Amino acid sequence: MTIKDQAAVVGIGRTPYWKRGQSFPETEMSMACTAILAALDDAGLTVADIDGFAIYAHACDPATVAATLGIPEIRYAASTTSGGGGSAGALGLAASAIAGGMATCCVTLMSLQQLNRRLGGTAVGGMLAYAMMSEGGGSAYGGGGLPPSAAFTANNGLLSPGHSFSMIAARHMHLYGTRREAFAEVCIAQRENAMKRPMSLRREPLTFDDYFSARMVSDPLCLLDYTMESDGAVAVITVSADQAKDLKQPPAYIMASAHGGSGRWGPGIFRYFQAPDEEFASSGHRPVAKRLFEMAGVGPEDVNVALLYDHFSPLVVLQLEDYGFCPIGEGGPFVEDGNIRFGTGTIPVNTHGGNLSDSYIIGMTHIVEAVEQLRGTAINQVERAEIALVTGGPASLPVSGTLLRR
Amino acid sequence: MTDNPFGDVKPGVFPAILTETHADHSTQPFWDAAKENRLVAPRCIRCGTFRLPPEAFCFACRHREVEWVELPGTGTVYSRIIVRHPLHPGLSPVVPYVSGVVELDGTQGAGARMLVNIIDCDPETIAIGDRVEIAFEHVNEEMSVPRFRPIERPIQADEDST
Repeated sequence: MTIKDQAAVVGIGRTPYWKRGQSFPETEMSMACTAILAALDDAGLTVADIDGFAIYAHACDPATVAATLGIPEIRYAASTTSGGGGSAGALGLAASAIAGGMATCCVTLMSLQQLNRRLGGTAVGGMLAYAMMSEGGGSAYGGGGLPPSAAFTANNGLLSPGHSFSMIAARHMHLYGTRREAFAEVCIAQRENAMKRPMSLRREPLTFDDYFSARMVSDPLCLLDYTMESDGAVAVITVSADQAKDLKQPPAYIMASAHGGSGRWGPGIFRYFQAPDEEFASSGHRPVAKRLFEMAGVGPEDVNVALLYDHFSPLVVLQLEDYGFCPIGEGGPFVEDGNIRFGTGTIPVNTHGGNLSDSYIIGMTHIVEAVEQLRGTAINQVERAEIALVTGGPASLPVSGTLLRR
Repeated sequence: MTDNPFGDVKPGVFPAILTETHADHSTQPFWDAAKENRLVAPRCIRCGTFRLPPEAFCFACRHREVEWVELPGTGTVYSRIIVRHPLHPGLSPVVPYVSGVVELDGTQGAGARMLVNIIDCDPETIAIGDRVEIAFEHVNEEMSVPRFRPIERPIQADEDST
């Protein structure tokens, strides 16, 4: 037995998106509750229906949310480990909880005020703390102090996620001849999508010249290859496939979900970098993609729209390879040929603008866009969208993917 | 004198922000050798696999016991980035600097790479595939930071324009 088609996303809700620091006087908790209430309303459900939290990346404290909103009883509260890599995979937790009879109605969410969670930081202490997070030093029960392996990486100048992912991009460029033009095309294609959406944060036109005039931050990545920093909350509600049929919205069935990755990828960024070429110069998603498509019984050719986690533009290119939309090493030319464009491409990618141009709510906006595409209510609506792919990560394990269908 | 929290920084040399080794049984021999400008790595006595940073188990065969092997201290740049934006104002005089992954001669490559600051190089030309050698910076009695620098190639006659 698998979770295939056993549950469906039936409600989506969100706050407005703000640039970093502009969501005052909201708090992460108040925004989380606002998004949950909006998602319940969208589904035609009430607070009394929620009995599960299937989350990732310390999205919220379910205990506090339950007390604040007056949820009568929690029956399931679980999270994928590590960070944003678990976003799409959290839907798999929800589906497994529901299919396994542990819960009936799960909320998955992210609420983010980036002043509180500034990834990469600007103070050296913060940078060091973040760089060491994947080693257990950041855990509340980690015992404090740095692990012995920290001394092997702390003084190398690799301080932020952008530095780490630039290292992966540089190797891919070396191995396969991938060009910055491909990264530019990812940024421009997604900006064109965001420009048509009133809620998106980056809507000014972006040209090829703009891209190549942008400041280099961690060469080969420039400022525009980085996601933005933003505030906001997004929540979705998952119930059983049976119950979903009777609710307000057309269900987005969870065909399959998988999370994890290769053991040698491990913490992936910041320290090990010990994986062989086929894993190092990848998004880390290849094993997840294989299991995902096997569970769903479909292939990449069946996917109508792909919502690929895009904290850094090159990782979109690498995920296109790892999910089989093009052969390994050919992601650059595939993108440069216009294949990810909405309206004209063979596989429209991040039709909402993604983390790069819509807003950075650590992957939740990708889930909402997938659901809207399957409902037929997206602003950049892909014609006859039957199956949508959503991903979380690349990041420290687990990375994740989920296939949703109409 | 300097107001820089990183002390006297140099272009291209990322300052040692961690000045203690936090060593345990598995890593202490590495730091002992580093004080003497020697690069050593633990090799599994059962299957011969090198592992860095040193961990308590061999990732290939799960054996625990190792022998410490002195490596030549040379290697090849596997990947590299040029950090151009200082993440702290005190790093402004340091950028651009190069961070890279180096594959060490004498090891199996993947599994024993080092993640290091590559110094004494032209950031604009240092490339994947370039040959580098280790250069320890002795920060204090405990910490010697392993960095790498390009191996100088002999100047060929047709390049000598003086």
